[in-house]
Amino acid sequence: MSASGVLIAIPAWNESESIVSVIDKVRGHQPSASILVVNDGSTDNTAALAEGAGAKVVSLPFNVGVGGAMRTAFLYAKRHGYGAVVQVDADGQHDPADLDRLIYGLDQADIVVGTRFHEHSMYFVGGPRRWAMVLLSKALSWMNKRPISDPTSGFRSAGPRAIELFAVEYPADYLGDTVGSLAIAIRNGLVVREEPVTMYFRQTGRPSKNAVWSALYLGRATLAIIATGLKGGYIPKGDLS
Amino acid sequence: MTAQILGAIAAVITFVFVFSLLRRGVLREKYAVLWLFFSAATLFFALVPSALVWISRTIGVAEPVNLLFFATVVLLILVAIQLSYELSRHEARIRRLAEEVALAQRQIQELRDTDGSE
Repeated sequence: MSASGVLIAIPAWNESESIVSVIDKVRGHQPSASILVVNDGSTDNTAALAEGAGAKVVSLPFNVGVGGAMRTAFLYAKRHGYGAVVQVDADGQHDPADLDRLIYGLDQADIVVGTRFHEHSMYFVGGPRRWAMVLLSKALSWMNKRPISDPTSGFRSAGPRAIELFAVEYPADYLGDTVGSLAIAIRNGLVVREEPVTMYFRQTGRPSKNAVWSALYLGRATLAIIATGLKGGYIPKGDLS
Repeated sequence: MTAQILGAIAAVITFVFVFSLLRRGVLREKYAVLWLFFSAATLFFALVPSALVWISRTIGVAEPVNLLFFATVVLLILVAIQLSYELSRHEARIRRLAEEVALAQRQIQELRDTDGSE
């Protein structure tokens, strides 16, 4: 179909409040790109709203998490011959004005991660969550031999080689869809770079940030690093298309 | 003596229960074999306690009953790990199926749309 086209993939789980405005804004900035909303088992009318706004919609029968939703998008991209996939969150925290930068960044990389941490950034996190992010960033930058300052960012693009890999293997575990997928890409010899992006604070559904929650986050992040560090090099086998 | 009788009864009940599950096709052979083996071993040691005493002496465990408990705990932990492994594999497969179902549905819809018919 649309050879070497761009697919904007929006994983959405009960995002009826923001999905239409996100689709409209994305189309405003990227009129030639296809927009695919992966409805991850929503119980509200997210799918109908997305369809009404003119996006292609793929509906998972139940909630499988961002990792599962994104693998569905990569499978779709692979089978329809797209040359680039850009992940955009459905809650409106990503600025579609940065899409160009992520897409053109693919000329020199297989994956471009939008980073929130740069000198003009308004984004700030503190406490144990900050330590966890620093730890994850250090570990992945070391693996990558090139800085990845924001490995938990869900605002990123993937080129043909990454699409091929992620259509087969895209982890659905906690932090797997962000940190884990980057570790898999690096281990398979893909080139990962980063670009500065604007990130807005989430308006809805923000998790409570108490001490217990932060400690849990740090613990799970550490476990995720150890798990990906121990995991052997993954070579995708078999052709699913 | 009472412990022996209790052990034997428990083993027989387990054996009969697992066998009936297997016969009705509710339990798959690969799991049934494991539990049938467990209950057969339990029954054997309940009926022939001297065998347990002999094994304990041979490997140098003072109390035969401690050997029994140790072996049971190790085996149950191994079974639990194996079940976690199977569960993880099944979750991965179900997730893949969910993704394929979603894409297949999308394809049906696209084909319908280009066909022009409902």
